[in-house]
Amino acid sequence: MSIIEAKGLTKTYSTRSGTVHALAGLDLSVPEGTVKGLLGPNGAGKTTTVKVLNTLIKPDSGTATVDSIDVVNDPQGVRRVIGASGQYAAVDENLTGLENLEMVGRLYHLGIKRSRARAKELIEAFDLTAAGNRPVKGFSGGMRRRIDLAGALVNRPRILFLDEPTTGLDPASRLGLWETISDLVRGGTTVLLTTQYLEEADYLADHISVIDSGHVIAEGTSDELKAQVGGHRVVVTVADEGDSQQAQDILRHHGAGKLSVSDGGREISVVVDQGPTTLQAVLSDLGNAQIRLHDAGMQRPTLDDVFLTLTGHKAAQDDDTEQEAS
Amino acid sequence: MTTQQTSTPATAQGPFEPEVTGAFATWMADGWTVTWRNLNKVKRSPDMLIFAVLQPIMFVLLFSQVFGGAIGGDNPNFDYTDFLMAGIFAQTVVFGSTFSGAAMAQDLKEGIIDRFRTLPMSPSAVLVGRTNADLALNTISMVIMILTGLAIGWRFENGVLSFLGGVALLMLFSYSFSWVMALLGMMVKTPETINNASFMILFPLTFISNAFVPAESLPKVFGIIANWNPVSALVQGARELFGNTGGTVAADTWPMQNPVITAIIGSVLMLLIFVPLCVKKFGNVSSR
Repeated sequence: MSIIEAKGLTKTYSTRSGTVHALAGLDLSVPEGTVKGLLGPNGAGKTTTVKVLNTLIKPDSGTATVDSIDVVNDPQGVRRVIGASGQYAAVDENLTGLENLEMVGRLYHLGIKRSRARAKELIEAFDLTAAGNRPVKGFSGGMRRRIDLAGALVNRPRILFLDEPTTGLDPASRLGLWETISDLVRGGTTVLLTTQYLEEADYLADHISVIDSGHVIAEGTSDELKAQVGGHRVVVTVADEGDSQQAQDILRHHGAGKLSVSDGGREISVVVDQGPTTLQAVLSDLGNAQIRLHDAGMQRPTLDDVFLTLTGHKAAQDDDTEQEAS
Repeated sequence: MTTQQTSTPATAQGPFEPEVTGAFATWMADGWTVTWRNLNKVKRSPDMLIFAVLQPIMFVLLFSQVFGGAIGGDNPNFDYTDFLMAGIFAQTVVFGSTFSGAAMAQDLKEGIIDRFRTLPMSPSAVLVGRTNADLALNTISMVIMILTGLAIGWRFENGVLSFLGGVALLMLFSYSFSWVMALLGMMVKTPETINNASFMILFPLTFISNAFVPAESLPKVFGIIANWNPVSALVQGARELFGNTGGTVAADTWPMQNPVITAIIGSVLMLLIFVPLCVKKFGNVSSR
């Protein structure tokens, strides 16, 4: 049995604009010692899934166990063995880094002495020694996330829930956090991670569950998912929007799947069976039609393509956060 | 700890054995930890402390000096400063309780409630810690007001025990009221909402009462409301325990004839109703 198991989870919210089925029969299974990435657009149900599993909300129906403990019947038991870090750094602005971690340790009932020792250990491990004695108020976004992640690790959990751990961080901080998470995984920690960033799932996750409208629509390793989409894509960008229709016809003719059109019709891409050969043929036809190109080339499939193929829409990457919480 | 402490925050050994066990011990420890956290906040933001100290001084001085001459001026037996003190104490501690609501709303907004709710702590500890910290802050305000009052000539007339009884009555009521505000704080969307809403509730509640003027001097309808207002019972109870009624006669309603018992019953009722409601609500809230 996997260390995280969910079966048929449902959760419905009533909002002013109607009923939202945040979870619509979601199944999930995470083997011990692996990283599972939940990938999906805003409102797909990623955060709700994590909040059910880390005991923040109760599902309307379905069952879930973490380390064989039922999340609905024994939430306190689950809380003892997990660590959770949310979309926004859940730290006390007025406490120092050390005090924040000490507080968490004391609330795990480790006793004041051991809580202090553990706080110091984590502050050192996270390279925050210099900032440990300053109130979090003055910390950068990246440092707050590190404190928050350290807070999730106070009780040495073997299961870690990370809800969009790097949303809003600059690239350098993001990379730093990725490395920290990878270290933890090497140490044997099981991680359930949600993200809107496809490269994040690609980098961190052993297995990915693609979620849309409250249930899992595809599962597998990054490579398996990419294989579902097929081989390479040919991508062309026409210089003049007026040529878009004609260029689309040419790509459709050579392609082996649905066209994807963006950038006001200028960027057109399609999955192809024979990578380079098809690109040559496409370019030759475009040349014969005297269509001026801004850019042309081949792409290996990205998780974005996976998402597009599976759901018919792009993975939203705007800054809006999921509005799923009650 | 392990002998080889590397730079990775090792979690592989699995969770620690808890040192504090048992429902009561963990409840006490958790309540104290959250109180400690909240009091730290006061220490780190001196503006809050200054507000808690200066505002009561200001109110005591303003009300006694500005209204003192105009109210009860032609009655030589009526000392307005003596009369006022119980009222101004009550108003200040009741307003102080609203802080519990604003602080709960703020914690929800900042997301730290989500952290608390994923920890194996007692379900009521965050609320206990909140209301305890506000009781501590209110106690500071109370001491400041008593000292200011004594400095401008206020005297309690019934002895120290009775005086302390009056203070305890005010603190009990304000503590119970903190739980009411904490519930509201968890129900609103932003801390600002609770601030505005509490002013809308508390100004009428404290002004349509006997806190600042004798109830019989109010217009008839307001006078009736004032005589059934729980804040009036609290003020009247404290005033009687302080020996500061100044010859005013309590209205012929049960609450005003038995103000101490009324204030105690009111406080206990608030706790009996709002503590369970708060704990239940806390089990369902999540940030944003």
